[in-house]
Amino acid sequence: MTKQNNSDEERIILEDIESRLSSFGKDRWNLIPILQMIQTRHHYLPADAIRMVANYLDIAACEVYGVATFYNQFRFNPPGKHPIQVCLGTACHVSGGDIILENFERKLGIREGETTEDREFSLERVACVGCCALAPVAVVDKIVHGRMAPSKVEGLLLGFQIEKEKQERAKRSDESNL
Amino acid sequence: MITLTIDNREITAKEGATLLQVCLDHDIYIPHLCYLEGMEHAAASCRLCFVEIEGVAGPVTSCTTIVKEGMVVKTDTEVVRHLQRASLQLLLSVHHVDCAHCPANRKCALQDMAKFLKVGLKPKYLEQHLKEPEIDQGHPYLDYYPNRCVLCGRCVLVCKNSHDRPFLTFAKRGLDTVISFYEEDRAEMPCDECLACVEICPVSALMKRKVG
Repeated sequence: MTKQNNSDEERIILEDIESRLSSFGKDRWNLIPILQMIQTRHHYLPADAIRMVANYLDIAACEVYGVATFYNQFRFNPPGKHPIQVCLGTACHVSGGDIILENFERKLGIREGETTEDREFSLERVACVGCCALAPVAVVDKIVHGRMAPSKVEGLLLGFQIEKEKQERAKRSDESNL
Repeated sequence: MITLTIDNREITAKEGATLLQVCLDHDIYIPHLCYLEGMEHAAASCRLCFVEIEGVAGPVTSCTTIVKEGMVVKTDTEVVRHLQRASLQLLLSVHHVDCAHCPANRKCALQDMAKFLKVGLKPKYLEQHLKEPEIDQGHPYLDYYPNRCVLCGRCVLVCKNSHDRPFLTFAKRGLDTVISFYEEDRAEMPCDECLACVEICPVSALMKRKVG
């Protein structure tokens, strides 16, 4: 995705937020409801949105930032095409969930909470997805993968890469057929 | 004015004053980190300024206690010292004890309290939990040392008092909590002229960056 596309996308998001702000009061206790509205609609909090909310409530931007970083539900990066969630609940933690997370981080070159530059993958840690018997667990594209291991991390990412290459090849051959 | 007894001493104090302030004013030292004179709502987050009051069940934080007529207070009991030592040791367990290389050496609140409470600077029974990186240079004028920081919040408070729209905040939570500024505020920061946070920091966790 190009830079131009990104900023267009962000502009649309900001316009949407701006149009909805007026339905909230200007008291500071509206901060969390507003952030939740943005997170629900757009799946992350763009930097300019934080400033916009701060101005609307007449509080410091760093205060909004402080509140938003406290809660795990708020993200600061746009979600990737394939969201990856690594469970670090109790059962996954004791069976090495952190190793799985570290594996994803290293293979994708991003930290937990971030999105790859091509916007293909985003990575986050979650606390228990409810199938502790399968620990350690990762959820990729809403599909649960149990008994994760470093080799499985590699396998999953390789699968996506092959799929992507296949699609690109199909697209190219479609174009040459036209 | 009201009269109360602290450590067997009769003391007169202004109505509405906090117990901690009255003690400090009368040279009765109570270890404390997060309290600042004149603050409206004490956060009581450092859990150090405990005292025992006759007729009150269990020790209480003196920074949140308003003095009352006839109060009988003890600041130096076994229970109080036990709690204070535990709090200090927990703080030290997330503190990079490197006094020889620390600019706060000899004027450090932690050293003073450790001496007063007779606590070693390296707690034996607790694991060390240090953060990474050792130094955060994201701020345009200040260096932040998360492993020196004890998260007392004095800097956040003075920043709030000195600016309508403060530039410092707590960010993240739990063991990951840090003092932070907001990246996008960069252009408007008057921090190179203010430095109130640097002056108030009891452990030199915030320092003005040396240029060159």
